[in-house]
Amino acid sequence: MPSLNDYLLLSAILFCIGTAGVFVRRNLITILLSIEIMLNAVNLTFVAFGRSLGGPDGQIIVFFVMTVAAAEAAVGLAIVIALFRHRESLNPDTFTALKW
Amino acid sequence: MTLFYLFGGVAVITSLLVIAQRNPIYSVLLLIASFGALSGLYILLDAPFAAVIQIIVYAGAIMVLFLFVVMLLNAPHEDTDLDIRVHPMLHPGAMRLGAVLAVALVGELIWALTNSNVSGSFPAGPVVSVATIGRRLFTEYAFPFEVTSVLILVAMVGAVVMAKQDSAAKGKR
Amino acid sequence: MTPFLIAQIALTLMVFVALLSSAAGMVYMERKVAAFLQQRVGPLLVGPKGLLQPLADVIKLMFKEELRPRAADRILFALAPIISATAAFAAFAVVPFGAETTFFGLLDQPLRLQVADVNVAVLVIFAIASMSVYGIVLAGWSSNSKYSLLGGLRSSAQMISYELSYGMALAGVLLMANSLSLTDIVNGQSGTWFGFVPRWFVFLQPIGFLVYMTAGIAETNRAPFDFPEAEQELVAGYHTEYSSMSFAMFFLAEYINMVTVSAVATDLFLGGWHGPLLPASFGWIWFLIKVGAILFFYVWMRWTLPRYRYDQLMAFGWKVLLPVSVVNLLVTAAAVLAFGL
Repeated sequence: MPSLNDYLLLSAILFCIGTAGVFVRRNLITILLSIEIMLNAVNLTFVAFGRSLGGPDGQIIVFFVMTVAAAEAAVGLAIVIALFRHRESLNPDTFTALKW
Repeated sequence: MTLFYLFGGVAVITSLLVIAQRNPIYSVLLLIASFGALSGLYILLDAPFAAVIQIIVYAGAIMVLFLFVVMLLNAPHEDTDLDIRVHPMLHPGAMRLGAVLAVALVGELIWALTNSNVSGSFPAGPVVSVATIGRRLFTEYAFPFEVTSVLILVAMVGAVVMAKQDSAAKGKR
Repeated sequence: MTPFLIAQIALTLMVFVALLSSAAGMVYMERKVAAFLQQRVGPLLVGPKGLLQPLADVIKLMFKEELRPRAADRILFALAPIISATAAFAAFAVVPFGAETTFFGLLDQPLRLQVADVNVAVLVIFAIASMSVYGIVLAGWSSNSKYSLLGGLRSSAQMISYELSYGMALAGVLLMANSLSLTDIVNGQSGTWFGFVPRWFVFLQPIGFLVYMTAGIAETNRAPFDFPEAEQELVAGYHTEYSSMSFAMFFLAEYINMVTVSAVATDLFLGGWHGPLLPASFGWIWFLIKVGAILFFYVWMRWTLPRYRYDQLMAFGWKVLLPVSVVNLLVTAAAVLAFGL
C-alpha cells in the first residue's frame, strides 16, 4: 500500500518537472502547460493530505485550485493570443521592449 | 501498489515528454494523458469527486482551450531562428542552468521528505461522499465559492476583451 | 473464478457485442425509417426485407482502400478515430440496463446489470462526453485540410457549448433523486401515483427532459444540429479525409453516442427498467423498448427538420437553451424546498 510519503514524493517530482519546463522552454504555450503541471502536482498533495487527515477539506481545496487554474489558463491564453498578434512569434525572448 | 506505480509512472513520463516535445499539440495531448493518470491516482486516494472533476474541468475543458489556441495560432515551432537540429533542451547557457536548478530542487525535496516526521500510512476511513463535499462547500466554504464565481466571470470577460481584434487598428490597416 | 466473476466478464462482453450490433441495427433502422418518412421503401434486396443491409455496408467499408493524405500528421490521423470510438464505448460502462438479478438462482449474490457500479456515475458520463470532443478536433486538425479543420473546430465548439445545458438538465434530476448513482436514480422512479401514472422524472421535470434531449442531439452532432458534417456545407466536415475502417469508426462512434444518450435519458427520465406487466428480472425488455423509442425519435428528427445554420445553432445553445436550463434548475430547487419532494 502506498504511504503518504510516496504520494508527496511523486508530487514533488511532478512539481520539479513543471518548474524545469518553465525555465527551459522558449515557447509561451509550453510554459503555460508547465504551469498547469505544477498546479496538478499541488492538487495531488492536497488530496493526499486530505485523505490522511480525513474529511472533505482536501477535495474542496482541489475544487478551488482547479477553478482558479481554469480562469488563469483562459486569461493567460488570451494574453498569448494578443502577443502573437503583435509580434507573430511565441518565443518570450522576442518580447523585450521593456528591457534596458 | 502496482496501480500506484503504474499511474505515477505514466504521470511522470508523460510530464517529462510534455516539456521535451517540440510540437505544442503533442505536448497538449501528452498532458491530457498525464491528467488521466493523476485522475487514477485520485481514485486510489478514495477521492472520486476530485478524480471526475479533474477529467471534466482539466482534461475536458482547459486542455480543449489550449488545443484551440494552438490550432488557431498555427504557431511556428520555437526554434525557427536558431539551429533546428539542436533540441530545445540542449541549448547551452541559461537553459542548462535551469535544468540543473530543477534537479537540485528534486534533491532538496527528497531530502526533506525522507527526514521528516510525517506519519506514513493512511488511516482507514470511509470514502468522502459528494454530499459531504457539497454541504461543506455551501456552509463553511460559501464565501470562497461565491468569490470563485465572480473570479470566473471576470476571467471570462477579460479573456474576451484581450483576445478581441482591436477594431481601431484593423480600420487603420 | 467464481460463477459471479464469470458472470461479470460475460456481462461486459455481452454489453460490448450488444453495442456493436445496436450500431448495425441503427444503420438499418435509419434507412428504413427515412424511407418511410419520405414515402419510399428503403433497402429491400439484401436479405429478407433488407435486413442484411448493414452487413453489406460493413463489408463494403472493410474492402475500401485505407487512404492517408501525405501532409497529414501520421500519429494524430490514426489516433483521432480511436479516441472517438473508445469514448463512445466507455460511456456505456456505467449505464445500468436492468434490475439486480441472480439469473434464477444460478448466482449466489445478485449481479447488477451494469458493467461498473460507480457511485458518481452521472459525473462519469459527463466526463467521458467531454473527452469525445478530442476525437473530432484532432481529426479536423490532423487531416491538414481546410474543410476538415473548419468542420472540426465548429463541431467541437458546438459540443462544448451544449455540454453546459446538458449538465444543467442533469442537475435538475439530481435534485429530485438525491444521488449521483444511476441505479439509485432509477430505483427512485419505481412505483406509481394514483395506481396508473408511473413515477418517472419526466413528469416532474418536463422542461429538463426537453433540454436534455435537445442538448443530447447537439452533442452527438445529429440533425438538426449537424452543420459541421453536412454534405452540402463542408464536404463532410472533420471526416472528409478518412476512408474505410477509420471512417467506419467515426460512424460507429456517432451511433453509439446516440445509443448512450438515449440509454441515459431512459435511466434519468423515463424510469429505466421499470414497467407494468413484466416481473423485475425482465426489466431489461422495457429498457430496450424505451431506448428504441428514443432512437426512433432521433431518426425522426433528422429526416423531418431542416438544418440549423452554424451561427443560429450557437445562438440557440447559449442564448436560449442555457438560460432555460438554469431557470429550470432554480425552479426545481425552489419546488424541492417548498414541497419537500
